[in-house]
Amino acid sequence: MSDPLTRRPFAAAYAAAPDPAAAATAAPGVRSIPGTGAAHRHVLVAVVNNRPGVLNRVASLIRARNFNIDSLAVGHTERPDVSRMTITLHGDDVAVEQVAKQLYKLIDVLKVQDVTSEPRIEHELALIKVRATNSTRAEVLKIVELYKGRVVDVAADSVILEATGTEDEVDALVALLGGFGIREMVRTGATVMVRGPQVVEYEGVAK
Amino acid sequence: MTIMRQAPGRHLPGAGTPEAAAVDHARAEMLHEAKPRGRTRIGADVVCEALLRQGVDVIFGYPGGVILPLYDVLGDYPQLRHILVRHEQGAAHAADGYARASGKVGVCLGTSGPAATNLVTGIANAMLDSVPMVAITGNVVAALLGRDAFQEVDITGITLPITKHNYLVRNADDLPHVFAEAFHIARTGRPGPVHIDITKDALQQETRATHPDEAAVLAAIPGFRPTFEGHARQLRLAAKLIDEAARPVILAGHGILLASAWGELRAFAERTQIPVTHTLLGVGAIDETHPLSYGYMGMHGWKHVNRAIQSADLLIALGMRFDDRVTGKVSTYATGAKIIHVDIDPAEIGKNVSVDVPIVGDVGRVLAALIPLVAERRPEDRAAYFAELAEWRRESEARSWHGSGAWRDGLLSADYVVEQIGAATNHDATLVADVGQNQMWVARYAGYRRPNSHISSGGLGTMGFALPAAMGAAIGRPDKETWAICGDGGFQMTMQQLATLVQDQIPVKIAILDNHKLGMIRQWQELFYAGNYHSSHLLGPDYLKLAEAYGIPAFRATTPDEVPTVIEAARAVDGPALIHFLIAEEQNIMPIMPAGKGLSDLIEEWGGADE
Repeated sequence: MSDPLTRRPFAAAYAAAPDPAAAATAAPGVRSIPGTGAAHRHVLVAVVNNRPGVLNRVASLIRARNFNIDSLAVGHTERPDVSRMTITLHGDDVAVEQVAKQLYKLIDVLKVQDVTSEPRIEHELALIKVRATNSTRAEVLKIVELYKGRVVDVAADSVILEATGTEDEVDALVALLGGFGIREMVRTGATVMVRGPQVVEYEGVAK
Repeated sequence: MTIMRQAPGRHLPGAGTPEAAAVDHARAEMLHEAKPRGRTRIGADVVCEALLRQGVDVIFGYPGGVILPLYDVLGDYPQLRHILVRHEQGAAHAADGYARASGKVGVCLGTSGPAATNLVTGIANAMLDSVPMVAITGNVVAALLGRDAFQEVDITGITLPITKHNYLVRNADDLPHVFAEAFHIARTGRPGPVHIDITKDALQQETRATHPDEAAVLAAIPGFRPTFEGHARQLRLAAKLIDEAARPVILAGHGILLASAWGELRAFAERTQIPVTHTLLGVGAIDETHPLSYGYMGMHGWKHVNRAIQSADLLIALGMRFDDRVTGKVSTYATGAKIIHVDIDPAEIGKNVSVDVPIVGDVGRVLAALIPLVAERRPEDRAAYFAELAEWRRESEARSWHGSGAWRDGLLSADYVVEQIGAATNHDATLVADVGQNQMWVARYAGYRRPNSHISSGGLGTMGFALPAAMGAAIGRPDKETWAICGDGGFQMTMQQLATLVQDQIPVKIAILDNHKLGMIRQWQELFYAGNYHSSHLLGPDYLKLAEAYGIPAFRATTPDEVPTVIEAARAVDGPALIHFLIAEEQNIMPIMPAGKGLSDLIEEWGGADE
């Protein structure tokens, strides 16, 4: 920990030799352009000071760097003065690393980690208001049960369902419920935690 | 004369320096309990105390409604010189020029609303060129925030993407910490502008809050820990590439100047016998008369420099960021070269080009660590390489140079005018360029020997930069003659600052290179838009009468033999002076790399004639 570089998540990238795979994709005599590789989904965890405006700083920076956020979930952590964001976005590895490094430049950002390649729990919560009449209610409830969701509100011709799971699981539930008529839906976006004893560590928090 | 610069990461001036003495003096002068006129200590006092603690001696500002509480106490701090600008954009550029010339943090000040938005261009300019600056604005009282009050704008929302960090302060007790953090952030690591927006009531509240020490500041910003030392393994990898390279080239950028690393650069280049090229903001990183100085790269760089880069087998990039004006089309950029990239900002590594050996750290410390790791070379070891470079240079420098002082139509040639200013000032003056053709002439032809003697708006390319930035530069380095060299377009954008020069007796010499054109626009229209000269012809006032109206001595030159005479006449003036140079109307700056093309695709001549 005495080496300042190792405190950064990209220390590995600096220490590593040039990526032979990346070099191989460039034709001879042509310099490859960073960030133009195949895009895929990334999950970033950002640990930030819980202060006014920090969400704006993060969102504004990602927009300014020409990225679309697929989802962003934020809430405070075990420490009330520290918030944690889960950001999902699409891009090639180099481009997403560039976003993460830019995020690091924000004074209120304490830690950024790309957990895309980590074994992880990645869940989101959805509230879904589904049309449910006397004739269809039983069927709706059956589907919800299969997906380990629960009913949190019942009205004469609709129910509110709460479901948690991966984005794909929630997508699948939504697809099944679509036939009954979804009147309203809200999803939190993914929240993530790395499996096992490993934690997203950060150095300290603002006094 | 050595230039006082603070070591990276230093929070306060080093002991024994004039800055430290000034701070001590200021502290002794501070009256925490009993202010003059028997008043109590309010937020506005805290602002002034904090500025003095940071070694600030000058503020560029303009008063207005909600900032008036600060102006009400400024008179109690005579050590803080206030320069009354004529437009807030000029305040920001002046703080920028002051910072670049002196190496200290520049400070600008304005009220809320339009003053704050006027500062925006100057803040963005400082951001893109990594200039340490603290911009202070007032805002409406906290209770009115968000209610569209008179002269209220969400200025922290506006400056968020163009500052290194910004603050909205609603409570006087927060001011000491915010100011200490702001100066630390502005000057530490990769420098940049920090904006502090203060509500009027925070300036007026009584407070007993004390100023934090450095440890408290660091503890408050755990998310800000720049890396200064290069990684040992990366240094070894870099040394290996350097020792193996047959055609290495150093690319020196603004980082050399920001890190005060010109000594290390020179020692490294001399030990390894590697030619040094520079970016626009890297002008002055090496004495241009040094045998290893090879010249200016990029879109309007010398052909021999771009050729050397394109044929290199190793590029050693030091404190530069591979801007598109430097690389052109990335896919064709130095395709045979490996790249070592040293920068203090990790986000610059791999941003624009992929690199082989990245080193995050302060460029001065990295070079100092690298020097003992690399093999010592003699010039003879690179005889064939140097001979080829010398031949390319002879060929390229012979073009685009009008030693007679006249362009092909017989009118003044701008390259000659700029060269004459450089020679007359013994290459020791601070030359501040505007933006456009004049900027390229200033970068290429003045001849620089001294670090921080060339100031230019690189990243943002802000027309109108020269005059206000030169005001700041002249105050930041009063021991050096200061010139603003502008086109007639840029000068007309910020010429209201002539009054500032007079009122505050700032001895800037202004050279207007007048071609009655927006020269660079005209050049692009000629080369790339089939001569469709829309809106590039520019009327101007009679500049001599204009200067006379302000009481500024002014001179005019229309022929080559008049050029040295008017330069000497302007230099002899005690105070500001202006020279109107009538230059050729259609002279182009050549070579030029067309947009979207590569460094090997330079246009060197047009219409069958060298420009």
